[in-house]
Amino acid sequence: MLAHYGYRDGSGEYFVAVDAAACTSCGRCAADCPSRALEMTAILDGLDEKSVAAVREASRNTLKEACAGCDHAGRAPCETACAPKAIRVTWKQG
Amino acid sequence: MAGGEHWRWAEMRGTVPGADFKTAAVRTAGIDVGSVGSKAAVMLDGRMAAWAIMRTGASSPDSAERVLARALEGTGLAVGDLHYVVGTGYGRVNVPMAKKTVTEISCHARGANHIWGKSVRTILDVGGQDIKAIRADETGNVAAFLMNDKCAAGTGRGMEVIADLLGVPVAELGETSLRVDEDPPPVNCTCVVFARSEAVALLRKGWSKEKVLAAYCAAMAIRMHALLQRVGVEREFAVTGGQSRNVGVVTRIERALGFSRLPVPEFAATGLDPMVAGAIGAALYAKAFHEKAARG
Repeated sequence: MLAHYGYRDGSGEYFVAVDAAACTSCGRCAADCPSRALEMTAILDGLDEKSVAAVREASRNTLKEACAGCDHAGRAPCETACAPKAIRVTWKQG
Repeated sequence: MAGGEHWRWAEMRGTVPGADFKTAAVRTAGIDVGSVGSKAAVMLDGRMAAWAIMRTGASSPDSAERVLARALEGTGLAVGDLHYVVGTGYGRVNVPMAKKTVTEISCHARGANHIWGKSVRTILDVGGQDIKAIRADETGNVAAFLMNDKCAAGTGRGMEVIADLLGVPVAELGETSLRVDEDPPPVNCTCVVFARSEAVALLRKGWSKEKVLAAYCAAMAIRMHALLQRVGVEREFAVTGGQSRNVGVVTRIERALGFSRLPVPEFAATGLDPMVAGAIGAALYAKAFHEKAARG
């Protein structure tokens, strides 16, 4: 499952996408996020629960600010922390 | 705003004719407490049997209790007769009688699969305060989703604001917006607060209600179309949630996509109402969880 969090507004587009199938539940992305915008959350995998990375509810509408200070070319701390490359940041203005 | 209360929409309940509440092996319920509407679906062996839609009150536990009690009215069943209840809803809702909570995303995908069948691939759920674009596989599991609640424009709440402003009952907004020869340019701002002031300005300029609504619905459709494109649109396409009733927005999304949504079923007798999709999905998950627990 590919979970997209974020939004596009008049100023640009700000998204974090998590590939829940590839996520290994390690939690390193959340630990390395300087804005503490990520958390581990339980989702359904069939009828079982799996812990996967997700953008915190409180940060879903503020990714423009939360991700502003990080690299926007695939080397944000959450992205480099993720061995299976399950997390992707899109932060584009204009 | 003569008359007032144009935002108000009809609460409803129904029982599927012939539903046998006594002999069913597995009785489950799904409760979906949304930001604007609360929905309950009671299912017997995975088939829709009774349902209710009510306005959500200040407390989610109370709303959950009331809507389930309403759905169970006249069925001879009490809450204690249900084998399993699953709760879902806006944000981190609290549904006290639910054994488990499942995300709205999963419930809408599963509910849409039940309503329209396994060919449903893309679901647009437009709720009271958020919009979800969901891609699902043929079993009703979620393949991808995008949720947007940054702004209430175009959602049920946003539409209620516009209904009150224009003095058009909320149930007639969509039809009214289609009574224009050609769509005017969409309103610029997709934020509900600014959209309201923009609508006021257009009315002052002498625009008709129809034209203002057309501009508003067109803006909402553009926004929803963009969300759909991010998750990827595959046919078949279905719309769930309260705004599945708003033909003004839905028709314009269909124009943007170049194809139509799956038709809304005749739900008065079957209860397979796109507005109840989340509760239906929750009731189906309840059955699956119950059966899994019974297997041990």
